[in-house]
Amino acid sequence: MVNRLLPLAIFLALVGLLGFGIYWNTHHEMTEVPSPLIGKPAPPFTLPLLYEPEKTLSGKDLLGKPYLLNVFGSWCPTCQYEHPILTGQIKPLGIKLIGLDWKDEPDDAKRWIAQFGNPYDVVITDRDGRSGIDFGVYMAPETFLIDAEGIVRYKRIGMFTPENIRDELLPKIAELTSAKAKQVAR
Amino acid sequence: MRMVSVRAIRGRLLSLFASGLVAPSPPSALSMGERAGVRGKWWAVTHRFSSATRHPLTQPSPPSYRWGRGLSLAACFFAVAMPLVFLCAPPAHAIDPLPFKDRAEEVRFQKLAKQLRCLVCQNQDLADSDADLAKDLRKQVYDMMQSGKSDDEIKDYLVARYNDFVLYDPPFKPGTWLLWFSPFAFVLIGVFVVARILRSRAQQAGGVRPADTESGDDW
Repeated sequence: MVNRLLPLAIFLALVGLLGFGIYWNTHHEMTEVPSPLIGKPAPPFTLPLLYEPEKTLSGKDLLGKPYLLNVFGSWCPTCQYEHPILTGQIKPLGIKLIGLDWKDEPDDAKRWIAQFGNPYDVVITDRDGRSGIDFGVYMAPETFLIDAEGIVRYKRIGMFTPENIRDELLPKIAELTSAKAKQVAR
Repeated sequence: MRMVSVRAIRGRLLSLFASGLVAPSPPSALSMGERAGVRGKWWAVTHRFSSATRHPLTQPSPPSYRWGRGLSLAACFFAVAMPLVFLCAPPAHAIDPLPFKDRAEEVRFQKLAKQLRCLVCQNQDLADSDADLAKDLRKQVYDMMQSGKSDDEIKDYLVARYNDFVLYDPPFKPGTWLLWFSPFAFVLIGVFVVARILRSRAQQAGGVRPADTESGDDW
């Protein structure tokens, strides 16, 4: 009896395995490369500002308050889709939003921002893409959440959607503020 | 002039047959056309598809003949178009004009780039990919080579930014043991299952001891 049911059991196990694969694939982006930087200090950078190229902004200047670093480019179509979400949903969160104009011509970036509006507190430019490589950027848009100590807490690969803001970004920001509240209480 | 080109096309067709793209017609079909004195005429190729008893010059073309002509025209089209496609295709290797100081350095670079994955088109290596980021990463690898970094240092640099995924060969560590060992585990399971089946069959066959079956060659 057991021997006769064995092929059926193996078949069902296989169905289960493949079904799990389908389920997993529909809930995960398979091309996403998880960042090894999470929980580690953000790579140091010093980059010129888009609107004042003679001035620079470095990672050290940003210590003390958490911020979001949004990698974008005027050449990037998905960044256009993400743009209204940055303006409508990220900006109201009150967290500092830094734009990293990646592998782009400053003039093109200025035109892009002039056309769609500027959701960023500061825009810095990484023309040759070296800082992007340091951050492990491989597409745009990508967004990093970096805490007050300069530690990378979260990375979003691809555009923000209302769903992943609600399910991923907001809990991560809440963690940061509760950790800070604990420190103050101590 | 025309004869030459027909021969060329026919040669091309034959090589297509040889490569298995088109099913070959029996060799006698060709000699049939030649026996009928149609060698070198433009429809000589077509003739292979027509029935062996009919001569194309004396008979009005039956449907099968016209069908054959269409087929051969299609074959000729492919014969002409395929080499063009290959000619127009970009070279397999994305080439940046990197100023290598000697051949050894270039070989080292190519070898290294083959072990690294392009993050954009994720099933291509850095040497092959034409993505913009791959270009930047090749430049980065090149610059690090120039500043005297070893292959391992360059790989570590990229792994620190892009994860182990950037390496084509997953590193051997506790997290990847399942990946490295599971094939052997499955082979062992297979051996175990086969051994069990053989043993039970041997017992059913009556009185033959397992040791005999395993050393014998009844499978």
